[in-house]
Amino acid sequence: MNTTPTNTSGASISSKAERLATIQASLLKRHRKETRFRLMGLFSVSLALVFVAVLFGSILSRGLPAFWQSVITVDVFFDPEILEIEEKPKIEPGEVPAVYQARLDAWTTDLSFADWNKLLEASVLNVSPSSEPYARELRRLFTSGERFRLRDMVLADPDIIGQRRELSMLADANVDVWLRGNVDRSLPDEQQQMGPELRALADKLKAEGIIELKFSTSLFSNPDSRSSLASAGLAGAIVGSLFMMLIVIFISVPVGVASAIYLEEFAPKNRMTDLVEVNINNLAAVPSIVFGLLGAAIFINWLSLPISAPLVGGLVLSLMTLPTVIITTRASLRAVPPSIRQAALGIGASKVQMVFHHVLPLALPGILTGAILGVAQALGETAPLLLVGMSAFVASIPATPLDQSSALPVQIYLWQANELRNFFEGRTAAAIVVLLGVMLMLNGFAIWLRKKLEIRW
Amino acid sequence: MTDQVVAPSNVNSNKPRAAFNVGHAGQAHPGPDAPKKMTAENVQVYYGDAQAIKGISLDIRENEVIAFIGPSGCGKSTFLRSLNRMNDTIDGCRVTGKILLDNQDIYDPSLDVVLLRAQIGMVFQKPNPFPKSIYENVAYGPKLHGLAKSRHDLDEIVENSLRKAGLWEEVRDRLQQPGTGLSGGQQQRLCIARAIAVSPDVILMDEPCSALDPIATARIEELINELSKQYTIAIVTHSMQQAARVSHRTAYFHLGELIEINDTEKVFTNPDHDLTEAYITGRFG
Repeated sequence: MNTTPTNTSGASISSKAERLATIQASLLKRHRKETRFRLMGLFSVSLALVFVAVLFGSILSRGLPAFWQSVITVDVFFDPEILEIEEKPKIEPGEVPAVYQARLDAWTTDLSFADWNKLLEASVLNVSPSSEPYARELRRLFTSGERFRLRDMVLADPDIIGQRRELSMLADANVDVWLRGNVDRSLPDEQQQMGPELRALADKLKAEGIIELKFSTSLFSNPDSRSSLASAGLAGAIVGSLFMMLIVIFISVPVGVASAIYLEEFAPKNRMTDLVEVNINNLAAVPSIVFGLLGAAIFINWLSLPISAPLVGGLVLSLMTLPTVIITTRASLRAVPPSIRQAALGIGASKVQMVFHHVLPLALPGILTGAILGVAQALGETAPLLLVGMSAFVASIPATPLDQSSALPVQIYLWQANELRNFFEGRTAAAIVVLLGVMLMLNGFAIWLRKKLEIRW
Repeated sequence: MTDQVVAPSNVNSNKPRAAFNVGHAGQAHPGPDAPKKMTAENVQVYYGDAQAIKGISLDIRENEVIAFIGPSGCGKSTFLRSLNRMNDTIDGCRVTGKILLDNQDIYDPSLDVVLLRAQIGMVFQKPNPFPKSIYENVAYGPKLHGLAKSRHDLDEIVENSLRKAGLWEEVRDRLQQPGTGLSGGQQQRLCIARAIAVSPDVILMDEPCSALDPIATARIEELINELSKQYTIAIVTHSMQQAARVSHRTAYFHLGELIEINDTEKVFTNPDHDLTEAYITGRFG
């Protein structure tokens, strides 16, 4: 300030140059920092992508082949001489229904004791006469469930006796493992699951084209099984999960959205609502297994609802999903601009009209996205289900939400622990692929819904 | 430093200020004898513990345009919003004193706020059409209050309102298109059409032009002149030129108090109060 004008101007020029140089120097540093940061970001994104690729690669490489299974395709001749079964009893005039029922039951029992194995052996020998030396081993090619399938066919239609049907029957799980090469073929006999004759037979029939790999629809149509491993399927788990999803949708979405609307739009802001809000946020962070305990205590011990039922599982998952739905709904309600609320109120809309005519339609895409993501999260949840008995082995497809049932993630958990690892590793991966497929579909649906509703204006 | 900047206007302070084009271009000034539409008596507004309005009493005459001016935070918007109880929606906001509409206390617990807002329409600072069609925007109020007996009635109300708002010619061919697709000025006129569709007695405007360009502003101002034939209008504005152009009377607010209320011409040429003069000459605000 006190320097002479010339000095000042000189100083200012030099100080300007200096200033620029200083900025220049710091610029270099800043650019380096930015580059470093960008590289770090790029690195972490690529790392994440690699992990995703590895995950999907390993699941798909194991799971996809498991959708194809060894199937024996033969003409089965329902030979009356082998079955040695009388004709199905018909009701006689004047016969008491109870007596007829007793005769019918006796016939059904006889049918169960018929020599179905012989029938299977005969059908294979018919197309492959050269397998005669292995006749004793033939029955072990088929998974045990196929005998009951033949019996059920006769039960459903007794006229089939004496006729010929082309059937594709599942091979035994061990045969499937052997033929796929999922077991080390060079292992000595005592370490192999199957005897040398059966192994040779399987290879021979495969070479003759009688055993083929076919897309396995039974994976989707059969319930779980432990006696006939090759026919273990996901139908029970899929239906169970479906029931639970419906229960979650019908309970947690309406209750959650309604509570969120009340809390966000109508509740007075005081300590009480603050407390409720803190609690909801905390509930969202509670480990899911705790919800399982809560469900076991309330729904099973106290309300005596059936154990292992999708109803209870669905209720537990609804409790677990509620905080998520409430939080996302509140967030999307809050995102509606206040100007719209003021406009509605200013024109004389009541608060309820304001919410339902203007705020809710605008928040709907967000609410639906949150709800669907909540449901998807519930679909993949395992821990709480274990505590309400859904980890039980259930070999039937539930007809109602009150029947015992399994669920997709629980089925994965059960299968990965099965002793026949060579076979169930693939099955487990296939179940994971199905679960991921359902998840992707739900997420895709959420995105589609959001896009569709947003485009409206 | 501040003194120097303001000095020139101080020098001229005794001369009539030509900068303001004072005088209401619209219709005749409702004089002091005109019937009172609204009356505020000792109105106090609190936000929690803070007092935003400190005892304001004023009359709003029928068919006049009254402008509320004052520096930011002086409480003019708060006062405006207490006239149709929009403050009710703010948590912790408390209003004491009396506000009468046609001699009826609007804070009377027996009065339904919906009925009040059907009589006192409001236009906001930022154009806020609903994300619905132009038609739906205007028809919403009448539908809500059941003012239209038939579809034909409703069509008529929508057309009349849009005509009054000077928007009909521009949108008659695209009534089904979203209101949010209009320009800012058109949106604001749509909001005015929406407000007058329920045939209110009073229209409150909270800085209706602050988000608009000068041309759109001029159109709104013309519209205000036009509307004052039928409606009583209270307008909050930050633009003194605007207050001077559109209003019959002007009220100057300062720190929650009403400093002066007078005919607009008087306020802008020969204000009674020093604070008013300081404000309109630009010494603060």
